[in-house]
Formats: sequence, C-alpha cells, structure tokens
Amino acid sequence: MSEVSGAIRTADEFEPNKATAMENTKISADKVQVYYGDTHAIKDVSINIRAQTVTAFIGPSGCGKSTFLRCLNRMNDTIDICRVEGRIAIDDEDIYDPKVDPVQLRAKVGMVFQKPNPFPKSIYDNVSYGPRIHGLVRRKSELDDIVASSLQKAGLWEEVKDRLDSPGTGLSGGQQQRLCIARAIAVSPEVILMDEPCSALDPIATAKVEELIDELRENYTIVIVTHSMQQAARVSQRTAFFHLGNLVEVGDTQDIFTNPRDKRTQDYITGRFG
Amino acid sequence: MSEHTVSAYDQELTEIAGKIAEMGGLAESIVSNAVSALITQDLVLAQSTIDRDQRLDDLLHEIEMRNVQVIARRQPMGQDLREIMAATRIANDLERVGDMAKNVAKRVIAIDSDLKSKKLAIGVEHMTELALNQLKAVLDAFTRKDAEAAVRIRGQDAEIDAIYTSLFRELLTYMMEDPRNITQCAHLLFCAKNIERIGDHATNIAENVFYMVKGDHLLDDRPRMDETGVEDKESV
Ligand SMILES: Nc1ncnc2c1ncn2[C@@H]1O[C@H](COP(=O)(O)OP(=O)(O)O)[C@@H](O)[C@H]1O
Ligand SMILES: [Mg+2]
Repeated sequence: MSEVSGAIRTADEFEPNKATAMENTKISADKVQVYYGDTHAIKDVSINIRAQTVTAFIGPSGCGKSTFLRCLNRMNDTIDICRVEGRIAIDDEDIYDPKVDPVQLRAKVGMVFQKPNPFPKSIYDNVSYGPRIHGLVRRKSELDDIVASSLQKAGLWEEVKDRLDSPGTGLSGGQQQRLCIARAIAVSPEVILMDEPCSALDPIATAKVEELIDELRENYTIVIVTHSMQQAARVSQRTAFFHLGNLVEVGDTQDIFTNPRDKRTQDYITGRFG
Repeated sequence: MSEHTVSAYDQELTEIAGKIAEMGGLAESIVSNAVSALITQDLVLAQSTIDRDQRLDDLLHEIEMRNVQVIARRQPMGQDLREIMAATRIANDLERVGDMAKNVAKRVIAIDSDLKSKKLAIGVEHMTELALNQLKAVLDAFTRKDAEAAVRIRGQDAEIDAIYTSLFRELLTYMMEDPRNITQCAHLLFCAKNIERIGDHATNIAENVFYMVKGDHLLDDRPRMDETGVEDKESV
C-alpha cells in the first residue's frame, strides 16, 4: 500500500495554504447552528467563502442549503421560530452584531430567489426601487444611470431598453430572473446569494443566467444553491456539499466532481442516494 | 460501491466493463496466436490472426459509442466519470495491442522460413508469456477495481524490457556473424519490439486503473531504458 501514497496530489494542494485562503475570504462562518424550534437544521457548519468566486451549495433537498444561505444575509431573522448560533462575518465584521442594521446588510448582501419575483411595477421601478429606498441617489438622472447600468450588467438592457415603462411581470421567466438580478445589483451589493435561480427556467434562459453569473464573478462574491450538479459544475469554482444539516465537504469544484473525498459526496454526485 | 438510483445506469456501466473484458480476452488470444504462428511458422494461423484483429477495432468503436451515449444521457460524475474515461483509454490500448500482434503475424508471412535459432524462439516466447501475464493481471485489476494490483503490475514491466534488451543484443550478434541472417533477424527484432510494446500498453492500462480507482495519477518515477541504453525521463 505504501507505493499508492506516491500519488501526485498531496493534502496541502487540496487545501491551499491558510494565508492565501484568509486573504481571499469574503464571508467566514464559524460553528454555525440553526434551529427551527426543536429541529436542528444546520449543525456546526464552518466555511470560508472566497471573494470574487462563485461558490455552489449542493446536497439532497432538505439538507439545509437554503437555510444556511439565508443566514448569510440574516433572512432567517424574519422566521420567528428560527434561531441562529455561531459567528458569521463578512470582511471580518460579525453580521449578527446588534449594531448591524439587517436592512443595510441585505443591500450589501443581495438575494435572488428560485421563482422570479419582480414587483408588479414597471421594469424601471423594479430596478430603481432599491437605490431609492436606500437613498443612494439624489437626482433622477443618477437613477436613470443606475437603472441602465444594472440592466446592462444583468444582460437585459438590449432586450428592454425600449420598454422600461412596461410591467416587469410581462417579461419571460428568464428575463424576469435577470430583472431580479438587475434589481439586486442596483444597490451595489458585494455579495449576491442565489437560491436555485434557474429551477423555473428553460435551458436557454438558464444558459443566459449562467453566463451572467460568470460575468458577475469579476465584481461580486456569489453563492448559489442549486439542485443541478451540472449547473454547479458549470458555474462555480468552489463547491460545498451539505447532507442532513452537516457541511460534508468543500473544495475546488473540479475536485468535488471528479474525485470527492467523502463517501457521501461520492454517492450523491454519482446518483447513488436512495 | 452501492447502486445508482437509476438502475439502467448501472446496467450501462456494467455492459461497458463487459465489452472491455471481451476486448481483453480477444487481445490476449490474438497475441498468443500471432506468436505461436511465428514460432511454428504457421502461415494459416498468421493470416487468421490478422483477420481477427478487425473485431478489436469494431469493439473499440462500440465502446466509444456507448461511452459517448452514457456521457450524453447520464452526465457521469466522480468515480463513474473516471470509469468511463478509463474504459475509453483502456479500449484504445487494447486495440493497439491487437495492432502489435497483427504486426507480428504479418512478419510471419514475410519471413516465411524456419527460425535459425531455437534460443531466439524461446526468448520471444518467454517475453510473450510475461506480456500476456501482465495483460491478464491488469484486466483483472480493472474488473476488481484494484489500485494496489495496478501499482504492482506497472512495476513488473521492467522485466519485459530487460528480456527485450537481451534479445536485441543477441540478434545483433547473429547479424554480425553472418549477413545472411540479417533479413530474418531484422524481422524478429521488430516482432520483439512489438511484444515489448504490448507490455507498455499493459502499463498504460495499469495507470488508468489506478486513476479510475483513486482519482490521482501515479507518479512517473519509473526509469525508462530501451535498447539504446539511453534513459528517457520524458516519454509517456
Ligand atoms: N421555515 C421553516 N420552518 C421550519 N422548518 C424549516 C423551515 N425552513 C426549512 N425548514 C427545515 O429545515 C431543514 C432544511 O431545509 P432547507 O434549508 O430548505 O433545505 P434545502 O434548501 O437544502 O432543501 C428541513 O428539514 C426543513 O424542513
Ligand atoms: Mg432550498
């Protein structure tokens, strides 16, 4: 068996040295527990999420992906029976510190949901709503600029620039989802959380959103929950596998999908969970 | 490993492994017939060996096609993905083994005269035996997904190389002794080289089996020396 250990990849390469990992860390979670009443939904999860990187959360449904994702911008605060313990820091600042305003936090950490949920208002209003309530602009022309640039970044501008006054709900599903992404971008977030953003979209619309995610990575830290392993493999650089509330394994996406270390990850990605 | 939730997927992977086993068995038999034909100067056997090689090509294409279909249909991941990759590469190696045997069989027809030296024949036979053992063992290792066996098998290739080198020297001596030996010896030299290459293919297969099981590549720490006596650290 000793010859076998002559394999090329060493443990060090697998977890790159701590110093560089720390430098790139945008979000760090330490021993996080989440309870819904008596249900222990997230168990002792610690993870560093890298800046300007797409991190995918995968795992069987009910394993706690959405719950953990919602911890990252305190969306769980809105659920009465939900209790979060442990420390979650963005840029080394504890986001559960009483001094932190959850509304401000959610501007910094935007979220895109499974079902596109544009407001029943015009395309323009959908995108300008955030900057307006956060008081980010003073003049109408500034607002126009933000709307245009957000729609451009979301890859929707060319398709809607001539009908900014028509209702957002009139767009196709894929366009609505990109509108929601534009809405999230409009408040200049640093992190964008996406919970199964493509599960209601057809393959072409999905491809457009995936393309967009890849472009956004340059400027944002992105965390995406997806039930499609192929999607995780396509869009992410890091993948975290959750199972029964535990974080089983996290690593470079290419390693997770070709050579996972844990038997549970292996069984899941190869379609062997019964 | 436990079974896939979709059982047809298991079936498809099992069938691919079965086709590899079929290719392996056929390749072994072609090699051993080609060398028998050489030793006994059996032209009929040589010709039928050449003809049978076609079946290996067909099997290779069938395996490639099945692999492409599984990739398209199931998007294999993890060990399954590595298994498919390994199967494709192994099938290619086995097809090449068939080509090596075919080359030997073609030379039987070209030589078309009794072998000058009993000793040479024994050397070639012995080398073939070792190469076939390697091939059998490595195909077993593939079926059993046995990485340790693959490592062992890879280490044994040096023995085949050593026999080849000594055959090479011997053939040179015969050629120097009497120029009339040159034609036959040159043919035999190529036959020996072809058999030595079969050992290399077994080594490739061993490396693929290791990758399939472990997901890591074996370090390339094997010194490579051929009849030139020059060590080649780069060659694959
Ligand atoms: N609002 C809630 N109230 C009570 N239990 C919840 C709530 N949301 C999720 N859960 C429970 O927490 C666990 C994890 O759920 P979730 O985070 O939605 O998983 P996933 O996103 O991986 O499918 C599940 O057992 C689920 O039933
Ligand atoms: Mg969910």
